[in-house]
Amino acid sequence: MDETDRLLLCLLEENSRLSHEELGVMAELSPDKVKRRVAALEEEKIIRSYTTVIDWDRAANGGVAAIIELKVNPERDHGYDRIAERLSNFREVRSLRLVTGVYDFELTVTGRTMQEVARFVSEYIAPMDRIRETATHIIMKTYKENGQAFFEKEAGERIPYSP
Amino acid sequence: MRQTMRDFISARARGIPPSGIRKFFDLAVSMEGVISLGVGEPDFATPWNLCEAGIYSIEQGGTSYTSNRGIQKLREMLAVWLRQHYQISYDPENEMIITTGVSEGLDIAVRAVTDPGDEVIIAEPSYVSYSPCVTLAGGVPVPVQCRERDWFRLNPDDLMEAVTAKTKAVIINFPNNPTGAVMKREHLLPVADIVSDHDLLLISDEVYSELTYTGNHVSPASLDGMWERTITLNGFSKAYAMTGWRIGYLCAPKEICDAALKIHQYVMLCAPVMGQVTALEALRRGEDEKDRMVQEFRVRRNLFVEGLNRIGLSCHMPEGAFYAFPSVEKTGLTDHEFAEQLLRNEKVAVVPGSVLGKGGEGHCRCAYASSRKDLAEALLRMERFISKNCS
Repeated sequence: MDETDRLLLCLLEENSRLSHEELGVMAELSPDKVKRRVAALEEEKIIRSYTTVIDWDRAANGGVAAIIELKVNPERDHGYDRIAERLSNFREVRSLRLVTGVYDFELTVTGRTMQEVARFVSEYIAPMDRIRETATHIIMKTYKENGQAFFEKEAGERIPYSP
Repeated sequence: MRQTMRDFISARARGIPPSGIRKFFDLAVSMEGVISLGVGEPDFATPWNLCEAGIYSIEQGGTSYTSNRGIQKLREMLAVWLRQHYQISYDPENEMIITTGVSEGLDIAVRAVTDPGDEVIIAEPSYVSYSPCVTLAGGVPVPVQCRERDWFRLNPDDLMEAVTAKTKAVIINFPNNPTGAVMKREHLLPVADIVSDHDLLLISDEVYSELTYTGNHVSPASLDGMWERTITLNGFSKAYAMTGWRIGYLCAPKEICDAALKIHQYVMLCAPVMGQVTALEALRRGEDEKDRMVQEFRVRRNLFVEGLNRIGLSCHMPEGAFYAFPSVEKTGLTDHEFAEQLLRNEKVAVVPGSVLGKGGEGHCRCAYASSRKDLAEALLRMERFISKNCS
């Protein structure tokens, strides 16, 4: 990892559809070198996937997302890892993090309706061994996701010419 | 009966030319969907953490005058910053003034040193205000052309030719608006020699210093024997996307600084306090955001200059600032015709090079301080324009 790798990662994080040629011009590299570097970053699992940030509220597909807090009893020898792996196997679990503070795991869960999310939590998550407590927060509105703010901003007044 | 009135406009005001881009300005604002590459400012808003500092200080009642020189803490931090970044030392008590943008810094610098009839050499093409400032101060502006074959650097031979017994000062601006040219140490040394040998003063506008993409910026005052005969002008507008806050600074040996301070206190009193507070925050916690913006400008430069050359507008790779200065010669149009027709037909606004002084003819200035998306669209339109009009 060097400065150039970091630049490539920043550019890809912002727009993963850039071609090797475009990346090459931007980062002052040949397309071949870009290809090799990106391949190495994929190999090292620094690049995990190429995805799209979607404002689902705007897509109005009626989906629901919730943040779930879990208090968990860790296992001897394995700590939180095995239970985290079990949780992450559910398609409904979009993200999963171990955090400091009054609870242990923070999950983002999605479903078609609020009932579906609630059912998922009560039927699958809450009854699992070692889960002590759950708290479900339905997401009402997303203002910013993955560094992208979802605000409609009036373009500021910018003059067309200045010396 | 109507009494006749005499003409109140002074000969000096009459003597300075109107802005060469006025007619383009009026045309552009009357049109919809214009992509402007004509603006000399970052398209970024001021980083939010800096704005917060400004907002907080207003909430705390920080709305008064400051000392003429500017907030002491800001000058002290700036002195440290300049020493660390450019190896130049200025005493914040005696050798520094916070100005209302570099625009004011330039004006008071020129007025502090110019007597009627003094010749002031200006390296051109350049920002449009140098020459009028000299004229308004009673001096005589003497343009020296920086040539494309020299990558638009100031050639010492050309400078030599312009020096006369009446020459008092030389104004340079590197990294340069509009060419993006950078003078490295080896390019500055022969210029410094001429300035010293002829007992001249150097006025160095370094407002784009942080936007240097190859190597580090070299401040002329850091060269041997130059500190004593240099006025260093710089500011926060370009590096920290703070154009509207109007904060610049002037650094010079005490005697010159005192003279400039007299003018500053009479005409400006002080720079706006909220801008000064925000500038202080920029020095304290603005580096990361600045680095991010500089990286983005560099990426855009690479994309845009590659694109210009691809569509047939030959352009050297600018090493600083955020301007590309391609030649429009191949289109068979003058720079004015090119800029006007491009605006009318394809709604892309660029500045014709000849309004930016000697050596600007046949070129146009394109600021790549626009989103990558807009730059890509501008290139498409320019390509279409060229294929339709210049085959």
